[in-house]
Amino acid sequence: MTADIGFIIVYIAFAVSIYAGIAAFLGGRQNNPRLVESARNAIIIIFPLITVACLILIYALVRGDFSIEYVWRVSSRDMPTYLKVTALWGGQAGSLLFWNLILAGYTAAAMARKWDQERPLMPYALAVIAVVQIFFLGLSALVENPFTLLPAVPPDGQGLNPLLRHPGMIIHPPLLYLGFTGLTIPYAFAMSALINGKLDDGWIRTTRRWTLVTWLFLSLGLILGGRWAYDVLGWGGYWDWDPVENASLIPWLTATAFLHSVMIQEKRGMFKMWNMFLIILTFCLMVYGTFIVRSGVISSVHSFAQSAVGPLFFGFIAIISIFSAYWLHKRRHDLASENKLDSLLSREAAFLLNNFLILAIMLATFWGTNFPIISELFVNEKITVGAPFYEQVNGPLFAALVLLMGVAPLTMWYRTSAQRIGMMARWPALAALLFVILLYALGIRGWGALLGLWIVTFSAILTILEFWRGTQARMRSKGEMPWTAFGALMARNRRRYGGYWIHMGVIIMAFGIIGVEFFQQETQIRLSSGESASVGNYTMVFNSIRRYPGPDDLLITEASADVYYRDRFVKTIYPRTEFYTRSGQPMTIPDTRSTITEDFYVRLLPWEETTTTSGLFRLYLNPLINWVWAGAFIFIIGTMIAAWPDPQEEKIKIAASRRAVAVAER
Amino acid sequence: MNGIRAYPARLLLAIIIALAVGVSVAAAQETRQVSDDEVNQVARDMYCPTCENMSLDTCPTQACADWRAEIREQLAEGRSKDEIMDYFAARYGNQIRSAPPREGFHLLAWLLPLAGVLIGAVLFGRYLLNLQQAASPAPAVSSRKTTPSDQNAREEYLRRLEQELKE
Repeated sequence: MTADIGFIIVYIAFAVSIYAGIAAFLGGRQNNPRLVESARNAIIIIFPLITVACLILIYALVRGDFSIEYVWRVSSRDMPTYLKVTALWGGQAGSLLFWNLILAGYTAAAMARKWDQERPLMPYALAVIAVVQIFFLGLSALVENPFTLLPAVPPDGQGLNPLLRHPGMIIHPPLLYLGFTGLTIPYAFAMSALINGKLDDGWIRTTRRWTLVTWLFLSLGLILGGRWAYDVLGWGGYWDWDPVENASLIPWLTATAFLHSVMIQEKRGMFKMWNMFLIILTFCLMVYGTFIVRSGVISSVHSFAQSAVGPLFFGFIAIISIFSAYWLHKRRHDLASENKLDSLLSREAAFLLNNFLILAIMLATFWGTNFPIISELFVNEKITVGAPFYEQVNGPLFAALVLLMGVAPLTMWYRTSAQRIGMMARWPALAALLFVILLYALGIRGWGALLGLWIVTFSAILTILEFWRGTQARMRSKGEMPWTAFGALMARNRRRYGGYWIHMGVIIMAFGIIGVEFFQQETQIRLSSGESASVGNYTMVFNSIRRYPGPDDLLITEASADVYYRDRFVKTIYPRTEFYTRSGQPMTIPDTRSTITEDFYVRLLPWEETTTTSGLFRLYLNPLINWVWAGAFIFIIGTMIAAWPDPQEEKIKIAASRRAVAVAER
Repeated sequence: MNGIRAYPARLLLAIIIALAVGVSVAAAQETRQVSDDEVNQVARDMYCPTCENMSLDTCPTQACADWRAEIREQLAEGRSKDEIMDYFAARYGNQIRSAPPREGFHLLAWLLPLAGVLIGAVLFGRYLLNLQQAASPAPAVSSRKTTPSDQNAREEYLRRLEQELKE
């Protein structure tokens, strides 16, 4: 009964989105504000409709209504309630409905708020949003309806994939969906600006905060995914360059490039065509990324089962690409730059170099992710493109990007002289060199690592100096005391200094990444009770193993071992394996001793025999890994500073852009 | 003259040499103990075709365990990492390698990004130069001061910064 209601509601939402699309399109064509208003209401209504559908599905999951195929697939009687709720996004059909929920939420919020600004953009923005919703709701209604029934009611369900039964995994998909679906809003406004021929900064200003918030969620999703992989998945790393990981990294990269290059447009009215292209590309890559994940076209540990959605996604991507390219081409003359580049050593050029490097990384990652398909198509040979490829190709590009991060703030708009940049950079460069020489004296080797460490230190010093110089400037012009000036600097210039905090976060993460990637040590050994193994300055003495049942249908095998650092006892750790008896999939949960300098990280390996007195262990020494998480934290804080609305700043920016438009029109 | 008495000595020497050679040959063919770390050194750069996107040293399945045992045997026989990887690639295809081999069609995987970056850099540089030359040539701003001192550079920077922050 409830399944039928849910089924119908999804169809109704689909129909409403079709209505909204038609109404918005006609309202725009015929200049009919009432039709447009009706379309807007329709879009907003989709959100409560899908919310009800989700609630019905959650209710069915919690109650264990196994007559519904999806519930049978992802739930089981002995799962704890909170897991039954999160099973909403544990499989293809449910996660697609959940995706629609978040998309509808975003669009409802956008439509509810932005009505008064940029009224001319509304009709076609609505139409574009409606088309996107038509596609995804169509998938939910017609292809992967979560409320399809089974012919007979089974006694119990299959249960959620064991990999998904952990807190990190619970928050990871919602964050990523928030990051992905939100990109629809800036895309819709960009397309509307193109179609309307209204090609000033309006669409950018309207959507800038949306883009930044969406980017924040996407960044959080990526970071938490890495943390969860390290803490729980326990294969010893945090990023694998797996196709699905890459699918969420790729739109993040182009979105980052976009966030930088719009600053050139806002300041100097240049690169409008490029910015349009970037946001269109970001959206298309987002849909392509979702396609990769859901269709199983490239095999991955993440992929959902293969289903009919693959070809439909492909068709949708083709349609939006052609549609966007057509309008971009049609308006290309109106997107001419208002100004010219005055100097190669200007901030404009630095931003362009940023875009070049980021796009190079994106294309290399895209190429590597898709090469297996190309290889199979052209030479009929399956090939794997794994981490070593990406490390060798992207490593140097990321290093160049971190270097640029430090140097770019030294450039000024319009032009800077090379001498001036050299003046301001030479002491930091020297200090960084001294630091690296010190590290070499302490035993650090490897020219790649040393070069990377020099770049990181150099950029860190330059970024800190940026904060110092800004504080100094405020102290001089406003006569404030240092700490007041520093705080006011943040508050008054959120975008710029939030941005520098983000850079600082990235630089600190880079420092941690260099530590782990270049200097990780590991060893694997079978130990009997009382035996010990060492890696670095750590020694571990194995005690014993016990087996006990856990919640769900878990069987836990837990080892206990004493950790000694430089022969002094530090703590006892309990690495374990978890085995879900029904699905038969083992999971390795490591245990660590974490300090600021390194992690001592131990896994109990499940694939050889484990008795109470014997186990196979892998020990890792992960230098500087915690700097990665600390840097990520600073990165997030920086993004929140940059995104925090400041009414004063908004007024100033609007006045400045009006001035710029007036100048251009003269 | 020493011929008759030297004969047994030479025979003994020959026997000793033969024994020494024989023992060392036999010793070389004895299987040595191969540690897990040595196996992982090879396994790390291989992927198991049945497991999805997991390197051989972290994969928990039986198939992967069998492969690691095979690697262990071959290492004990004295094969090198390259020889072992070639052995597996010959039997199971290049997909077992963790990155495309740098030969034949697959060289494209490596060359394209490199060529892309180089060509992109050239195009980008030319675009920037075009953009710059299209503008009216900028007057030589700092021709007045021949070498701006450190202090001057910082002062100028601070002034422009203050201006920007005020906007």
